[in-house]
Amino acid sequence: MKTMIEVKNLVKRFGDITAVDGVSFKVGGGEIFAFLGPNGAGKSTTIKMLTTLLSPTRGSVTLDGVDPVRDPERARRSFGIVFQDPSLDDDLTAWENMQLHGVLYDVPAAERNRRGQELLWFVDLWERRDDLVKRFSGGMKRRLEIARGLLHHPKIIFLDEPTLGLDPQTRNRMWEYLRELNRKEGTTLFFTTHYMEEAERIAQRIAVIDHGKIIALGSAAQLKRQTKTASLEDAFLSLTGHSIREESADPALDAMRAMRRRGFGH
Amino acid sequence: MKSTMQKIYFLWLRQIKKYFRSRSRIIGSLGQPLLFLLALGYGFGSVFAQAGQGNYLNFLAPGVIGMSIIFTAIFSGMEVIWDRQFGFLKETLVAPMPRFHIMIGRTLGGATVATMQGVIVMLLSLAFGFHPLNWWLVLPAVGVMFLVALLFTSLGTMVASLLDDMQGFQLIMNFLVMPLFFLSGALFPLQGLPALLAILARIDPLSYGIDALRVLLINAGHYGLGTDLAVLSAVTLAFVWLGAVFFRRLQV
Repeated sequence: MKTMIEVKNLVKRFGDITAVDGVSFKVGGGEIFAFLGPNGAGKSTTIKMLTTLLSPTRGSVTLDGVDPVRDPERARRSFGIVFQDPSLDDDLTAWENMQLHGVLYDVPAAERNRRGQELLWFVDLWERRDDLVKRFSGGMKRRLEIARGLLHHPKIIFLDEPTLGLDPQTRNRMWEYLRELNRKEGTTLFFTTHYMEEAERIAQRIAVIDHGKIIALGSAAQLKRQTKTASLEDAFLSLTGHSIREESADPALDAMRAMRRRGFGH
Repeated sequence: MKSTMQKIYFLWLRQIKKYFRSRSRIIGSLGQPLLFLLALGYGFGSVFAQAGQGNYLNFLAPGVIGMSIIFTAIFSGMEVIWDRQFGFLKETLVAPMPRFHIMIGRTLGGATVATMQGVIVMLLSLAFGFHPLNWWLVLPAVGVMFLVALLFTSLGTMVASLLDDMQGFQLIMNFLVMPLFFLSGALFPLQGLPALLAILARIDPLSYGIDALRVLLINAGHYGLGTDLAVLSAVTLAFVWLGAVFFRRLQV
C-alpha cells in the first residue's frame, strides 16, 4: 500500500504550551484512519498542520509525497477538509456557497451543478438552496458544511470532528457516502472524533492521542487486546485515564486562546 | 489560466453580492458624506468665496468623494478579520490556489465596492450644486477613484492580516483612517500651508488621489495630474504587493 500521509516527530508549540508533542504516524492510500482523543488533545492542531493552516514548530509532514510547508499550493491539490467550526459565508445562499467552493476547488461546471444538487438533496437542503445561510439553524449549517466539503473528490479527505452536532440520520448518510467514495475512488479518509463507537465502526486504524502524544495506535481489536479490555471505550479510558477534560477546563488550551486574544502565538 | 481568472472573478463577485445585499450598510455609509457636504459645503461657502477661492462646494465634493472611498476601501480590506472570525477565511486558505490570487480577488472586489460608493457620493453631490467642468472627464475620474480604492483596500488587508479581532478597530480609525483623511487636503486647499502640514499632506497618498480628482472634475490641482498618477500608481503597486505578502503569512 502506498503511503498517503506521513508524519514524523511533529511538534507544535504556542509559547510555553506544547499542543502537539512529537507525533509520528503513517496512513496508507485508501485507508480510513481515525484520531481519537479527549478535548484539547491536539487533534485539531495536528489537522491544521497537515492542511497548511499552521506551520509546525518541528518535524515533517508529507501528503502524497508533497511537503505542505515547502510547497503548500501543490499539497492543497491533494486534499479536502471539513472543518470542526463553521466556515460558511453567511451572506451567501446555500447554493452560492456550494458554487464558490466548486470553483475554488477546480470542479468543472457540469459536475459542480450535478453534484451540488445531489448533495443538497442528500442533506435535505435542496428546497432551501436559495436562502441566505444566515437564516439557517445550527444543524442546517452543519449539514451544508458537510455537503460542501464533499463537492470535490480529492485523494485525501480530512474531517475534523465531522459528526459533532449532526443528527443521527445525516451522520449515517455522511458515513455511507464517504465509505462509498473510499471504495469507489480509493479516497483516503482521516478523521478526528471523540466518539469511540464511531472510530470503531468506521476506521480501519485508530490513533489514540492525549496531551499532544499518540499513546496507542492500531485497529480497534488490537487496542482492546493491548489494554486487555472488552470495549474500545474501556481501552480508551484505560489509556487516557478517568479525569474529565472539559474543553474550557483545559489549561493548555485556555492559555493558547488567551495568547491568541493578545495577538501572539501563531 | 482560465480557471485562475474564474476563481478571482468568483471571489470578486462575492464581495459585490455582499455589498448589494447590505442596503443598510450602503445607506448608513452615505450619512457622513451628506453631512460633510451640507454642513461644510454650505457652512464655509461664503468664507471661501470671500477669500477669493471660488465655490467651496465644488472644491469640497472631490474631497468628500475621496473620503467615502477611503473609508469604504479600508473597511472592505479589513473584512478579512470578519471572515477569519466567522471561519470563511479558512475555506479559502486551503483551496488549491495561490494566496496571492485570493488576495487579488478580495481586493478587486473591495475596491469595486469602494468605487461604487464614490460614484454614488459624486451623484449625490450633484444635488448639492456640484458640477464637473467637463462631463467627459468624469470617466477618467472614476478610473482615479478605482486606483485610490485599490490602494486603500490593500492597506486594509495589510492591517487586517496583523490584527486578530476587531478590538483594534478604534485604534485603526483614530490613528490611521482619520489622519489619512484630514491631512489629505480633502477639506482645504494645499496651497500656502504651514510647512509641517504641507509635508504631512505630501506623505499622505490620499492627497494625490483627491488632487487628481480635482484636476479632472474642477480643473484645479496642486501637484499636477502627472505627479498624482505616478505617485498613486507606485503606492498602489507597493501596497498590493505588501498586502499580498502579509496575507500569505496568515495562519488560522
